[in-house]
Amino acid sequence: MKNELEKIHSEAMEAADSCDSIKALDELRVKYLGKKGGLTAILKQMGKLSAEERPVIGQLANKIRADIEEAVSKKMTLLKAKEQEIKLAKETIDITLPGKPQSLGKLHPLTIVSNEIKEIFMGMGFDIADGPEVEYDYYNFEALNLPPDHPARDTQDTFYITDNILLRTQTSSVQVHVMENKKPPIRIISPGRVYRSDAVDATHSPLFHQVEGLVVDKGITMADLKGTLEMLMKKLYGDDCKIRLRPHHFPFTEPSAEVDVMCFNCHGEGCRICKGEGYIELLGAGMVHPKVLEGCGIDSSVYSGFAFGMGLERIVMRRYNISDMRLLFENDLRFLEQF
Amino acid sequence: MNLSMKWVNDYVDLKNKDIKQFCNEMTMSGSKVEGYEFEGNEISNVVVGKVLEVVPHPDSDHMVITQVDVGEDEPVQIVTGASNVNVGDFVPVAKHKSTVLHEGKTVKITKGKLRGIASNGMLCSLGELGLSVHDFPYAIEDGIFILGEDCDRTVGTDIHKAIGYDDISVEFEITSNRPDCLSVTGLAREAAATFNVPLNIPEPSFTGVDGDINDMLKVNIVNTEKCKRYCAGIVKNVKIEPSPRWMRERLRASGVRPINNFVDITNYVMLEYGQPMHAFDLRYVEGSEINVRNAAKGEKITTLDGVERELSEEMLVIADKEKPVAVAGVMGGEYSGIMDDTTTVVFESAYFEPVQVRRTAKKLGMRSDASSRYEKGVDPLISMKCLTRAFELVEQLGAGEVVKTVIDRDYTDKTPASVEFSPEWINGFLGTDISESQMKEYLERLDFKIENGMIYAPSFRIDIEYKADVAEEVARIYGYNNIPSTQFKGVAEAAFTKEQLFLRKVENTAVALGCYEIATYSFISPKYFDKIKLPADSKLRNTVTITNPLGEDTSVMRTSTIPSMLEILSRNYNNRNESARLFDMGKEYIPTEPGKLPIEPSRLTIGMYGDNADFYELKGIADSLLKNIGINGCEYVRCSECGAFDEASAFHPGRSAVIIKDDTPIAILGEIHPDVAANYGIEAKVYIAKFNAVEMFPMAQTEISYKPLPKFPATTRDLSLICDDSIPAGSIEKAIKKAAGNILEKITLFDVYKGQQIEDGKKSISYSLILRSHDGTLTDEQADTVMTKVLKSLKEIGAELRG
Repeated sequence: MKNELEKIHSEAMEAADSCDSIKALDELRVKYLGKKGGLTAILKQMGKLSAEERPVIGQLANKIRADIEEAVSKKMTLLKAKEQEIKLAKETIDITLPGKPQSLGKLHPLTIVSNEIKEIFMGMGFDIADGPEVEYDYYNFEALNLPPDHPARDTQDTFYITDNILLRTQTSSVQVHVMENKKPPIRIISPGRVYRSDAVDATHSPLFHQVEGLVVDKGITMADLKGTLEMLMKKLYGDDCKIRLRPHHFPFTEPSAEVDVMCFNCHGEGCRICKGEGYIELLGAGMVHPKVLEGCGIDSSVYSGFAFGMGLERIVMRRYNISDMRLLFENDLRFLEQF
Repeated sequence: MNLSMKWVNDYVDLKNKDIKQFCNEMTMSGSKVEGYEFEGNEISNVVVGKVLEVVPHPDSDHMVITQVDVGEDEPVQIVTGASNVNVGDFVPVAKHKSTVLHEGKTVKITKGKLRGIASNGMLCSLGELGLSVHDFPYAIEDGIFILGEDCDRTVGTDIHKAIGYDDISVEFEITSNRPDCLSVTGLAREAAATFNVPLNIPEPSFTGVDGDINDMLKVNIVNTEKCKRYCAGIVKNVKIEPSPRWMRERLRASGVRPINNFVDITNYVMLEYGQPMHAFDLRYVEGSEINVRNAAKGEKITTLDGVERELSEEMLVIADKEKPVAVAGVMGGEYSGIMDDTTTVVFESAYFEPVQVRRTAKKLGMRSDASSRYEKGVDPLISMKCLTRAFELVEQLGAGEVVKTVIDRDYTDKTPASVEFSPEWINGFLGTDISESQMKEYLERLDFKIENGMIYAPSFRIDIEYKADVAEEVARIYGYNNIPSTQFKGVAEAAFTKEQLFLRKVENTAVALGCYEIATYSFISPKYFDKIKLPADSKLRNTVTITNPLGEDTSVMRTSTIPSMLEILSRNYNNRNESARLFDMGKEYIPTEPGKLPIEPSRLTIGMYGDNADFYELKGIADSLLKNIGINGCEYVRCSECGAFDEASAFHPGRSAVIIKDDTPIAILGEIHPDVAANYGIEAKVYIAKFNAVEMFPMAQTEISYKPLPKFPATTRDLSLICDDSIPAGSIEKAIKKAAGNILEKITLFDVYKGQQIEDGKKSISYSLILRSHDGTLTDEQADTVMTKVLKSLKEIGAELRG
């Protein structure tokens, strides 16, 4: 009997080892371990054994059973893994075939950059103010120290609705609305559309966007203006961004400055992009003119302030290396998809 | 303003300044340099040569062979086609490997052969040097430039140096507040202050001949408000001829064409001091009298440019006894100029009030060099000095005899502008720490006077009124870039307003729904209203209209954003973009009362064509959008049932709707009418939705409160109904919702079917209902009860369970 058991053992182990399919292995298990299997058949004859032999054979039979079970199970794992492998191999697909298109939308580059600027200023405690685009002459010019016959009006070709109503040429008009309605401290920016009678070309558009900024409080200095603009430029263009202030003239600020940012391309050396200057003009700024403050009912002997205005298109074009402003208003999808 | 560097060096020594450094530092102290140019920089390797021999070309009738001494060991042989070259002439010689100009372009000259004869260079004309007979009046236009005695005729000398063609012209952008810098002396003063070097502007003087001007000319200022100063003098026995080379040179470098000595003198003085001068022929001054008066009604003048202009009463004229001879400060009359046979010249140097000149020039549509200076404001106290300077030049040039006595009508206010001098305030305003003495020094460099705590501005500084104006002067000389950078103090809290947040959410939702944002013009053509078939009497045709538009296409402010969207869709379609899904967050401009501003409500416009675009796709976008921005419980009605949007005309009548929230129409959407799409050249079906974004803000549920996730399982019941085709799904859904009440969690339509097995005129419509109770697991009985109620009310509207 012992011999039989051992025969079954070696037979089964060999069979398990050489088995090459899950189905065959299943059959094998039934053949040896099943109720009608070889091992069971032998064990059924246990009763014929002597009392001394029984536990010995029993033990042996159990060990053999365990051995076979283990061998089958190991083999099973192996075969299953192999089968899985084959299945996965069969499922291989061409991963270079295109993905299924998803419907994706995007903001316009003007909005993307405008939002960025808003967030930078909001972080510095500026609220967002708004004003009408169709505006009274008073807010666009007169209250900004540009009386009717001021020669500086020539520099802004204005669209008129009536003698007294026009399309605002600058977001500076919002300064006046804000100061009329709010007492200092004031910190606002105002992004929006402005209009000038310029024919469309690569760098001009009769409609463009500005972002105006205004701070009025006690003890605001020109050094504060510089600090604020430096902060803005660093956040917009990176920590190594350098700016310079050049004296200029705007009727509604005194002193006035034009602010240049160091050319990104040549870092101040002078190149084709900055026309050899090393700097690129980016915005206008200055200390709010006392006449403007007084006109809005703010005592200029107590309060001072600064203001600045920048062209959004110019910043956007610089940011994305867009050389033609018309692209921004043509809205071709192949353009819009790129941002 | 083009500045001649040679000229400015008369007053301030800048010779050791590199031109780049000069330009940069002038810019940084407030006189913006746009660029600079070396005169004749296209011309190289051209020298003075002396013609030694001229012999005919053996094989050409019109060419000659010359031997020219250019200061080298051997003469140079040059073949030329010009006929004005003689032995002994001094000529510009473009040597082998030189550059000259030909028809405005730089060309290289090299050795070559002309009809077999070697020619080792070229003899140049004025044009080839980039000059004209205005620069050298004794030369001829179409021949070789024969150098006159006013040139350095040392052979071999570089031509630039030899003929005074070696100036640097610097172009300044002068802002409107600094008309004093539209002059050589003004910029010299700025340069002196910038580089802290001495300024030396000599006081002009002239000798004159005896004679009483009052016997020759009468001057009467009628309007002393508008003409505050009028100085006049007379030059007799004038000799009209070209000005000397130095004067021509400086005018050229300043961008002014030399004409003759008298015209040149007036231009020279204007450029030097910024004071417009006028010289006119006394013969044409009727009655030898000058009246500065307002024009009479209907009075006319033919100006120098040959145009007859009608004047109006508020305009100021210079008139003789009979008629206006000049529009004051703007332009002279036809016969007021200097002619070849002029014998007696009147010089005028006056101050006219800026606004007066500006209005007149603008009204006449006639801007001149003089008017653009007057309207910014010239130095009111400089008139006599400039007249004197003009006479000094007349004498220097030997151009005539100046009558010693002059007329000076002076109504100017000589009180200088003054501002309190407070170094402490200036430092506080700028955020600097500049010493008082340093400030004083800066200001004195700019000709300000400081006495007893007050600053007095020089008369040419018309822009000084406030302390801030003085602070700017200090700041720019100190250097803007030396001002420290600080962060201002004080706490401020900033936040988007709820409305700003709402509109931002609308935008972001549109993006999330797959739409690309576009940026559109606010103005459109009034013709676009026809393109969208807007009724002739639509209120939307009442627009805010631009009186001076660039063109019709951009002449009215839009009262609807739909044409703008159609235009962009059309452009994309024509650019062969297969499909598009766009949105625009822009304003409409709706007129209110005459003389009042329009309202400018924000609109969200969504437009699409191509892939998947149909009514229900658009409706799906609209539904998701509304849900996401917190606007629930909207209803769709046909445009025919709600006349809120005149643009309904642009839509397919059977495939468009108005969205209504609590009785307020908030949007119109649907398929664009095929005629309208055709008007825009789009052959695909186009879908547009326009939302009254700003009006939606107050309706929106912007506060979000978390609802617990359901604790109990839901029961799903499907419902297949049959009803008349005419019954809208909306009313079925409404009935189901009403009957089921709170227990209905969600209703989804999953099929609409017409055709086989369905009777004609009927449709089958199937819903899936999710029922859930928040109090416990719903039993079958409870669900059945609800369904019975639902079926009962469906039966009332004519929908029955499909058998």
